Amino acid sequence: MTSDTAADELARVVREHAGRLAASLVSLLGDFPAAEDLVQDAVEIALRRWPEEGIPDRPDAWLFTVAKRRGVDVLRRQENYRTKLAQLQWPVPPASDDRLRLIFTCCHPALAREAQIALTLRVVCGLTTAQIAAAFLVPETTLAQRITRAKRKIADAGIPYRIPRDDELAVRLNEVLAVIYLLFNEGYLSSTPDRAHSRDLVDDAEWLTALLAGLLPNEPEVTGLLALIRLHRARVAARFTADGDLVLLQDQDRTKWDHAAIADATALLTRTARRHRSPGPYQLQAAIAACHCEAPTWADTDWHQILVLYDMLLLVEPSAVTRLHRSVAVRYVHGVRAALSELDDLDATLQNYPLYHAIRAELLRADGRPSEAHEADRHAIELTSNPAQRDLLHARIAKN
Amino acid sequence: MKYVLMFVETEEFAKELEAMSPPELEQAYQRVNQWFIDHAAKITNRGAKLQGAPSATTVRLDGTEPVTTDGPFMEGKEVISGFLVIDVADLDEALRVVKTWPGCPVVEIRPVES
Repeated sequence: MTSDTAADELARVVREHAGRLAASLVSLLGDFPAAEDLVQDAVEIALRRWPEEGIPDRPDAWLFTVAKRRGVDVLRRQENYRTKLAQLQWPVPPASDDRLRLIFTCCHPALAREAQIALTLRVVCGLTTAQIAAAFLVPETTLAQRITRAKRKIADAGIPYRIPRDDELAVRLNEVLAVIYLLFNEGYLSSTPDRAHSRDLVDDAEWLTALLAGLLPNEPEVTGLLALIRLHRARVAARFTADGDLVLLQDQDRTKWDHAAIADATALLTRTARRHRSPGPYQLQAAIAACHCEAPTWADTDWHQILVLYDMLLLVEPSAVTRLHRSVAVRYVHGVRAALSELDDLDATLQNYPLYHAIRAELLRADGRPSEAHEADRHAIELTSNPAQRDLLHARIAKN
Repeated sequence: MKYVLMFVETEEFAKELEAMSPPELEQAYQRVNQWFIDHAAKITNRGAKLQGAPSATTVRLDGTEPVTTDGPFMEGKEVISGFLVIDVADLDEALRVVKTWPGCPVVEIRPVES
């Protein structure tokens, strides 16, 4: 086994068990921060010892035992907690999966988005503070403070540990999906072919969404997000050259795509669409991704269908970024000039968005205006901090 | 848990109020009264509507001598216009109460130290 797959296995085991343990400890102690500290402590010990000693046969029982033993020590002052912990027996009754409550607490709208993301990764997925800090390129102390503040807010402000009421579920679920979507985007955009040393956030995003889909099987947008993530992941092998350069969708070797995964995700999406009427934004984005995945070549792309889907997406969720992506479909349905005039409307809003300038550059080049295209590419380079995207833009300028 | 609701008025809201006809104003007050009736069980007897920001006086005690100035502690377009203490189970219940508030456009929720 290479060290990479060993690390993946370790991550998978921790992810599968840390959240469950956190959920049962929060229920038992009624104290989110205290329970979370115990689990984090146990996870850190596991990450130190398992690589050397091997992953135990019953990782859940192992984590449980460590958390319980440390808990009795650490919480010495709180007599009440100590007594409760001492009574705790393994296995914990498998009554209901408490992780849903955990997710809704971590993604409570009274917490800042950054805190929601950090807490979810730490508490539900079992990442350590150091791993999260590395994934988001922020100093560990900054991230530790963010988590401490968030946990204090949960305790002080009386954020409940509960699944929202039916009449609040839709709004609260949107909040959870927004957190996972950001996590996925961050992981997807910052990913590089060499990820030996970094945690793959896309893994966590997919796992979280699958967990949520299992716990809330009748929520079409959860399924939509799951299909979206899987469709993107299915193309991952074609996203980089052997040298690690980013390859645009139109230039990707489609034989490298995972066509079985594409078929599964598309089937999932179709089943969901059959059961529910008006699709939400995640389902629509997944449907757009499915259109791309199903085209045998770039030239075969069904742009008319994609344009229709973008129009539906704009109806349910108007956004300048969506209009920007839509402009690519406009180009292939109505021509370059039509697409360029679409972009003119977005100029003021997306002036500082690198992709705006990169797309504009391509359209200008197609319209036979190379010097303006060149300038737009330069603008995009200035705005992007992603090294793979910068390289791609530099290569494009050199070539044209 | 007890929470203080701090009601915040904006300049626009003040202008809207001024522009209202007497019957419209009467209706607005009715809606606020109804809110108090609907949530009576959760509202403690602590709270007050405050006089306008121009009536405020601020004293700063962090210098060598106390300094008294005219106006609220923070000059801005949003000013606290009243407060109320509610007693509810948790933040979610506080949020439910606040989301139905028919008066001024901003409300800050702060837990009371126990």
